[in-house]
This record gives sequence, structure tokens and C-alpha cells, in this order.
Amino acid sequence: MKKRVKVIERDEVVVKFAGDSGDGIQLTGAQFSDTSAFIGNDLATFPDYPAEIRAPQGTVAGVSGFQVHIGHKEVQTPGDLADVLVAMNPAALKANMKWIKPGATIIVDIDNFDSRHYKKADYIEDPLEDGSLEGFNVVKAPISEMTRDVVKQFGLDIRIADKTKNQFVAGILFWLFNRDLAIGESFLRERFKNKPELIEANLEVLHAGYNYAETVEAIEATYQVKPAERGAGLYRNITGNIAVAWGLLAAAEKAGRKLFLGSYPITPATEILQELAKMKNLGAIVFQAEDEIAGICSAIGASFAGCLGVSSTSGPGLSLKSEGLGLAVITELPLVVVDVQRGGPSTGLPTKTEQSDLFQALYGRHGECHLVVLASSTPANCFDFAFEAARIAIEHMTPVIMLSDGYLANGSELWHIPAVKDLPGIKIPLVKDNDPDYQPYKRDLKTLARSWAFPGQAGLRHHIGGLEKADITGEISYDPYNHEKMTLLRTEKIARVANFIPLQQVIGMEEGNLLVVGWGGTYGALYTAVMEMQEEGKSISLAQFNYINPLPTNVSDIFSRFRKIMVCELNLGQFAFYLRSKLPEFNYLQFNKIQGLPFLISELKQKFNEALNNIEK
Amino acid sequence: MENNSTATMQDFKMDQAARWCPGCGGHAVLAAIQRALPETGIDKEKVVFVSGIGCSSRFPYYINTYGFHGLHGRGPAIASGIKLANPDLSVWLVTGDGDSMAIGGNHFIHLLRRNIDIKILLFNNKIYGLTKGQYSPTTPKGSITKSSPDGTIEDPFLPGELAMGAQGNFFARVVDNDLEMMKDVFIQAARHKGTALIEVLQNCVIFNDHIHAEITSKELRAENQIYLEHGKPMLFGKNKELGLVQDGTRFKVVKIGENGVRLEDILVHNALDHDDTKDYMLVRMSLPHYPIAMGVIRSCELDVYEDLLYKQINAAKLESKIKSVDDLLISGNTFSI
Repeated sequence: MKKRVKVIERDEVVVKFAGDSGDGIQLTGAQFSDTSAFIGNDLATFPDYPAEIRAPQGTVAGVSGFQVHIGHKEVQTPGDLADVLVAMNPAALKANMKWIKPGATIIVDIDNFDSRHYKKADYIEDPLEDGSLEGFNVVKAPISEMTRDVVKQFGLDIRIADKTKNQFVAGILFWLFNRDLAIGESFLRERFKNKPELIEANLEVLHAGYNYAETVEAIEATYQVKPAERGAGLYRNITGNIAVAWGLLAAAEKAGRKLFLGSYPITPATEILQELAKMKNLGAIVFQAEDEIAGICSAIGASFAGCLGVSSTSGPGLSLKSEGLGLAVITELPLVVVDVQRGGPSTGLPTKTEQSDLFQALYGRHGECHLVVLASSTPANCFDFAFEAARIAIEHMTPVIMLSDGYLANGSELWHIPAVKDLPGIKIPLVKDNDPDYQPYKRDLKTLARSWAFPGQAGLRHHIGGLEKADITGEISYDPYNHEKMTLLRTEKIARVANFIPLQQVIGMEEGNLLVVGWGGTYGALYTAVMEMQEEGKSISLAQFNYINPLPTNVSDIFSRFRKIMVCELNLGQFAFYLRSKLPEFNYLQFNKIQGLPFLISELKQKFNEALNNIEK
Repeated sequence: MENNSTATMQDFKMDQAARWCPGCGGHAVLAAIQRALPETGIDKEKVVFVSGIGCSSRFPYYINTYGFHGLHGRGPAIASGIKLANPDLSVWLVTGDGDSMAIGGNHFIHLLRRNIDIKILLFNNKIYGLTKGQYSPTTPKGSITKSSPDGTIEDPFLPGELAMGAQGNFFARVVDNDLEMMKDVFIQAARHKGTALIEVLQNCVIFNDHIHAEITSKELRAENQIYLEHGKPMLFGKNKELGLVQDGTRFKVVKIGENGVRLEDILVHNALDHDDTKDYMLVRMSLPHYPIAMGVIRSCELDVYEDLLYKQINAAKLESKIKSVDDLLISGNTFSI
């Protein structure tokens, strides 16, 4: 018999899935996200997983999480605190208690809450019985047991059978959010199309979860989140890493060059390599090199031979690529290096996010060695900035470092799919065969870029390399004045990129009391906090930087219109330091966080309010 | 890659002279390459010389082809990128014993393992020349150099051994004072499909003079070198009177006519044999018991990396429904609003 429950209509809801690394948390999260996207919710997601592939089961260290924020209104972050927590074991509960809202719904797998399990999570008493969950709506669902009962008929191995229990959770969520089960079913059919023997079992478990939720008394209300009001068009849910890979493919296609990726696996950038390895159908040449150095050097070689050369990495890998970046700077070849930042130094926090590679990107090379640095700021605009990095690299004949981070790389959001014809054109500084005027280091008057002649072209034989070049001819030169001239030319070439990029935008009023300054992946949190405070009538605006070096030409003008500037970053103040060196006439307040976690809206608003109150005093 | 253009030695010469020391073995290698290339029929516009760092690595500046003077030890990676970007190019890598076996050891072995069609000229002078006289990974144990005033305490690499351990399929050895030998071997390397390593026993007149003299000097070379040619008996000596025969698990040097040894008893060189056991034995032969093996010791044609890569790419292009980035962007789960 169907029970009657009230339906609570909400503008936004945050759901957190948490369990052991092997519990299928990421899959359930992806399924719930796709379903939400399908019915038209706006969304942002963020997976949070341990560095170990399978950390000891049932321990807090081994908890894998996936947070989804869905909304009827605009959603820019995965949300600070969850409205619904799914905890597959006591460790998952323990790890997430401080990340849930008061009165949140907590769904636990009761089968995993015996003393053996809660002791593993370092609970002294059963957390479900010790009163610590008072005020929360706790649903104690026998997820493991019921799943095993349901799949018994399929005769699956118990380990495989247990892997379907995430679908029991999915079933509960489908009911809780009034979702059409058919969407979840089609997701499973697609997901397991290569393992058809698993489809029926998963479908059965999904239904069992749904039926359970419908029957059990403990769930008193369901949520309804209406579709978001968005522009018409075709959308998809996309993560930052996939968006980078696709943006590079789009740039290569637009430029009419082959894409060459020379790369070495490294968390959290590996998906870029894996995604492009699947794209042979679009002509992508993917070379899994023996190390990070060979990754960038092979890309430089490929660029010399006429490809769009790319190398993807994370902080430790960028360190190894420093030497190669210097070579790309002096040979003035197009090259894109994507650095998906993670917590450092050294191995640091491989699966956590941070913005602490900025100094390395700007300064981490020997010699006067300037290059272009860009930063993407949302999972979806990783597409745009990968494309932009390639455009600048080719048009200006320079290496470009594109900074992403672990949060953008693994997080996802809804993306309005563009058409390739609407993307900017890429003008390649090609040379015609047998051009009698060709000189390897002759430059375009506007950009100062040299031209790009490939081995195999007739009549353009030339040498390049790491030794200093004579101006125009490119022959080896140890002449002191030539070295100074070439150094200045290379530096000026990068500075002039500022004439070929958009002006910096300000979100909110163009003048006021407080300008919040951020760069890269903190956009969602900074934007949400600033928008909420603007709605509260506060004089606050946001300037989020994507173009780091060179800076857009109007930055000084923007900064001069605000009484205070606060630079917020997930590091100890690298961008603030950079701004002080570039624009020393302004005073920069700082808000820094270095916990491997994104900013919370709440902590940002508190900080901004303090700054605003100080102005008013 | 080959065409009927009639490039001459002159086409590969630069206006300016090479800036190696007078008497450096590099000059002879350069001359041999400039003589060999026209005979291969390779289009001069499609030849690329890549190098790392060191005396030998200045090579690309001294030859009139496309050239890339790279980073210390990283030449194999740069060359790999060039070849995979455009397999139609004839890519040559010039390196030294320090460049390829010390700082670039990792890249060197992986290039051989992958079998990308790149020709490697390894200048082995058993010393660091450009930094003025420190020991290298091939310097004989006990050598006194600027960085080993009391003699080195390291055992050296034997490049051929290292190459075969890394699955190398083409290995040849030449001396820098035999232009014809170099030219002949360079042509064979150019015609081999796959990574080809040619070790040049090179003299450094300044920091390691006469290091190969026992092998290369006029008086000793006939006795101390054996020039191997596929399908021919392994003979050496002033009048080709000496040869190699199998003796249990080893080779033995014999004299034709002595102890009833006939020409038919001499081993015939088979460079094409996939089994590399004999190749290891040839590479390891050392004075004074054996002559030093020269010429093409091993030459097996196996799968070439870029052939397999482009086979996969072409198959994917044919099979996939996704033909453009637009197709890709709208593939899979999308949501219409």
C-alpha cells in the first residue's frame, strides 16, 4: 500500500553519498546527477575520494564521497552542507557529520552498524543509539541484507552481488526526490552495456530500493526540485578533465592541426590522458611517455613537426617539465601544458584540491623565461580555456600553462554545448614552401610571434634548439647585445598577448566598498557568496581572473574603483603576491585556505562581512 | 619517404665549418653521413637531425637538414614526438655516452623498447668532453679523470648490451676512422625499419685521446676488429685468415689452415635472427681474447610503433560514428531544454 507523504518543494538540495571506496559511491552519484540533469535541474558535483585505491574497509581514511547540489535556481558550487546524507557505514557517518545541515535526512545501511563496524570507525558506542543523531531524520535501511535477498535469484557471486547495493540507495533517492525510475533504468542499461549479465540484477535492486522507501514509515516527506530556468538548447553534464580534453580536440580541429598529447599518468590529471587516448577516431595522437619529461619533450618535438603539442600533468609533474618549458620558450614553439593542481608540496594531497602551483607556473624556470598562464574557473569552462590556451599558443608561438585543479577536474556541472563553428578562429603563422624570405626568427610586427615551418616543407630547412639565437636568422649567437635583445623580444611577445585577450569583467557594480578577487577554480564559491551578499544589499563585487599572465589591460582601472580589495585563494597568497608586484599601488587584503578543500560560502561571507564592517567603522 | 631526387653530398653541407676540435672523430662521422644520405634516396627536405646536449649533440647545426638541438638526454623524446607527428620524416638522433646512458638513460631504453623508426648515432668517446673531462657511464673502471682522481669505482655500460636488454632490434658498431665502414653501416641503418642504434667508437683528442687506439690504429685494426656482414663468414685478420667458430657455449678464434680448420667451419653471421643470444656474445667480445665486433651485429624487423599507432588511428576513424568534435559534443547523455 502506498503511503501518503507530504512533498516539500525546494529551490535547491544538496545530497552527499558516502561509503567505502568499493561501495559504488561515485557511480550512484553520477547516476543521480544525470537524472537531475535530465529533468532539467541545474547542478554541480564534487567527488571526494581517498588517495588509496582501496583503503582499509570501514575506516574513516577509506571513506569515498560524492556530493551533488541540484537546484531550480542557478547552482555554482556543490554546496557547503548536505540536506541528505547517505552513509553506507559508521566511518562514512563519522567523516561527514560536520558537513550536514541541522535536521538533515541521514540514510544509513543498518546492516553495517554492528559493534565490529562502529569500532573500526573509532566510535565507542553505536552512533545510532548514543543520542548524537538527535534532531536528524535517520532512516535505518537494511540495504545490504535486502540487496542480497533480491539478487539471490541471479546466482551472482556475493562480491558482485554486494556491488549492486548502491542501486538500492539509488532507488531510495529516486523515491525521495520523486524521480521517474525509467531514467535510472536507462542509465544502468548504458553503464553496463558491456556487462549485460549485471543489468537485470541492478534493475531489480533499484526497484527494491524504491519500493522500500515507498513503504517504510521512517521517510516522512519527499523533495521536489523544479527544473531550472535556463536558456533553451542542448546541455550535458561534464567534468573539468573531460572538458579540457574536448577543448583541446576542438582547438586542433579548428586550427587544422593534429593534436599530440605526450603525457604520464598523474592524479588528478590522468583522465585527460585517458579521454584523449579514446579519441583516435578524431585523429588524436596520444603518447604515454616513460616520464613527465618525455611527455613534454615529445610534445615539443610534435609541435616542431606541425602538431598542436600538449602535455597534461599535476604539480609534481610540472616541476619535472620546467626544463622542457624553457626549451619551448626559447624555440618559440606552440605548446599547451595543462596543470591540474593538487595539494603540495611533494606528493602532498594527491586527491585534494589546491591553488598552490601559481608561483611554479609563473616563475618556476631558470633564465628569463616568460610564458602565458591561464586558469579555468568552472568544470565546463575548462573547455573554453583549453581551447584558448591552444589558440594563444599557436597564434603567439609560445608555451601556455593552463591551470585547472582537482576540484574542477573531478567536479561537474551542466554545460550548454557549443557548436565548433561558433568558437573563435585560430590563425596559424604558416610559411609557404620555398618562401625565399623565410627566416626562422623573423617576427610578426603585431604579435612578435615567429612563423611556424615544419620539417618536410620544401625549401625551409632550418635549425632550432636551446642555444641562444641570433635575431631573425636563428643561428647560434653568443653576442651579449643579441642575448639582451632576444630576451626582451621574448618577454615583450608575452606582454603583448594582453592586446589579444578580453578585458577583465566585474560581477556586480563597477565600483563600491569591497572587490573580491579570485582566480581559477574558486569561482563558484566566490560568486555564490558575493551574489548572496549583493542580494542582501551589500556593496560587494567580484573579479575572477582567468587570464593570469599577462593580466588584462583594465585591471588597474577596476581596482581603483573599490575601497578595499580582498584576494581569496586556496594557497598562502600567491596571486596576492603577484598582484602586489604588478600593481603595487593597491592594498590587498587576503583570505587564504590551505586544507585541500574548496571554500565554503559561509566562511567567505563571514570574512567579507568583517571587511565591510571595518570600512563602515 | 624515398624519392628520385638526386640529392648530393653537397646538399647536406653547411656554409660554415663544424666547430669540433681539429682531429675530433665528429668530423668523420659528419662526412660519412653526408656521403651516405644521398645514396639512401631520402628526400633531403624530409630529413631531421635531433640531438641532446654534449659535443656530439652540436651535430644538427653542422648538417643542412631540419635540425633540433634539444635538452640533455631528452633527444629520444623530442625525436619520438617528431616521428609520431609525421612518420614520413627520416629522423636521426645524435647523442653521446653521457647524453644517452647517464642523464637520458630512461628515454634511451624506452625508445629502443618501443621500436620507433629513428636512427641513433651514439658517439662513444667514453668521457665527458663539453664539460672538460669527467668520467661517463662507459669509462673503463679505474680510469683517472677530473671527477675520479683516484680512479672510477663504477663498472661501465656496454651500449650494445644495454640496447639489446631494452629490446633493441638493430645494433651496429663502427669506428670513427673508417669512412667507408661508417657510410655502409649508416645506409643499412637508414634502410632498416625500426629503431637503429649505431655505436661510433669515437676519439676525443683533448680529453681521452687514443681511448680506442687498440681497436682503431692502423697497425692493430685488422687483428682487433672483425667486420660482420649478414650471410658472410666471420673472418678477420690482415688476410682474413682468422675466424670465429662455435666452441660449446662460446666463440673461439681460429686460424684457417691450422688444426685442420677450413673456411666452411667458420660461423656465418646471421644478423636477422630474432634470438639475440649470439648477438650478446658478439657485442661482448673484448680484447685480448677476441676481436671487437664491427658492422651490423643485429638487424631484426619487428612491429614498428608508429605503424601500429596509425593502424589504430585509421581503424578508429573508419569505425567510429563520431567524425568531428561537433559529433563528440552531442554524443552520449545530453539534455534538451
